[in-house]
Amino acid sequence: MSEFALEARGLGKRYGKKWALRDCTLEIPTGCVAALVGPNGAGKTTLLHLAVGLTDATAGSVRVLGRSAWERPEVVLPRLGFVAQEHPLYRRFRIGEMLKAGEKLNATWDQALAQTRLERLGIPLDQKIGTLSGGQQAQVALTLALAKRPELLVLDEPIAALDPLARRDFLKSLMEAVADGGLTVLLSSHIITDLERVCDYMILLSASQVQLAAPIEDIVAEHRVLSGPRSDPSAVERLHSVIQASHTDRQTTLVVRANGHLYDSRWQVDEVDLEEIVLAYLGRSPSDAPESQEVAS
Amino acid sequence: MIEFRLDQRSGVPTYLQLVQQVRQALRLGILQPGDQLPTVKEVVGKLAINPNTVLKAYRELDREGLTEGRRGQGTFVSHDQPAAVPGDYSALRSALLKWIERARKAGLDDESINALVAATLQTVFFEKAA
Repeated sequence: MSEFALEARGLGKRYGKKWALRDCTLEIPTGCVAALVGPNGAGKTTLLHLAVGLTDATAGSVRVLGRSAWERPEVVLPRLGFVAQEHPLYRRFRIGEMLKAGEKLNATWDQALAQTRLERLGIPLDQKIGTLSGGQQAQVALTLALAKRPELLVLDEPIAALDPLARRDFLKSLMEAVADGGLTVLLSSHIITDLERVCDYMILLSASQVQLAAPIEDIVAEHRVLSGPRSDPSAVERLHSVIQASHTDRQTTLVVRANGHLYDSRWQVDEVDLEEIVLAYLGRSPSDAPESQEVAS
Repeated sequence: MIEFRLDQRSGVPTYLQLVQQVRQALRLGILQPGDQLPTVKEVVGKLAINPNTVLKAYRELDREGLTEGRRGQGTFVSHDQPAAVPGDYSALRSALLKWIERARKAGLDDESINALVAATLQTVFFEKAA
């Protein structure tokens, strides 16, 4: 098994004149649950589609499970599970028929796993897909993807359309699958509080570029919020990256990615939670490059 | 069997919340030597959290000698528990009580007291670092 379930190098995709994704370099360690976060239009779906080989890159490369899904679909796809946005299913099929289709279409198929899962969820096999609730459809789509016994499971906005209870149920059963071992998950979403529970790795995309890609633990440990009397943050900037700066006429507040230990008697230093960190990055104007030292006032 | 809960707004890391709940259950006698903790899969199926978080909590409990992981069987409460933690800090405590009384007389409320303690700790840290 390779160390990384996904590796992108200088990956880019252009539609016409517009880059949907640009200069994307990142690695997702095998065995983790990675969140892909970013505002609408940031390039999340493009990155996922490039990864699973639904589209080819304009620049750079992306390998999943050691290979390119675009170049070697016959090698990669059997080991990959993908659930697109809105979990597309054949609405007029009964669930049992959907499972049969899955069995016929896939080289590896764990029918027992699929049946046990659905039984435990109380979803009868003879029901038509179209009559299921949104939460149940999501569970069926997840079951179909898991029955392939994939090594990498890619989910595009799996919980966006679900109510809080269905969302929680979905994540519970996803985490049970992860607990069984041998599975790496990459899921895109913008519901950060849920992600913080289930994910241990985060990729933050904004303005078609990767702003952050690291274990969530490290991200939270490295970021701090500094507050103090109004002042010029340039002294802080010499040592650390200032992600966001805001000023009132008397006070300055900085969200900072600390380069090593951060201590400064002039500032009150506090921890920041993941959601605030994400918002700080997303709040930067698109013209700011990831390493930009520019500060909005 | 212990049932874990999660408070996402507490600011305490998830794995530490699990560790604290086991410690508390041991203090209260809810968990007894030989008891089995829920499996990783049971915990994630209930709380919708990452399995590695549970593993991390269980490793920490093992490290503290409170539990022992048995390969292929699960995690069990140890038979020889380390001595209960709360030591005798009564001298420190009474000195602190006196200090708090003085702080109150000086007009500080609880929040100001906390701020003063935090600021002083920071200064001490800074002096050490310098």
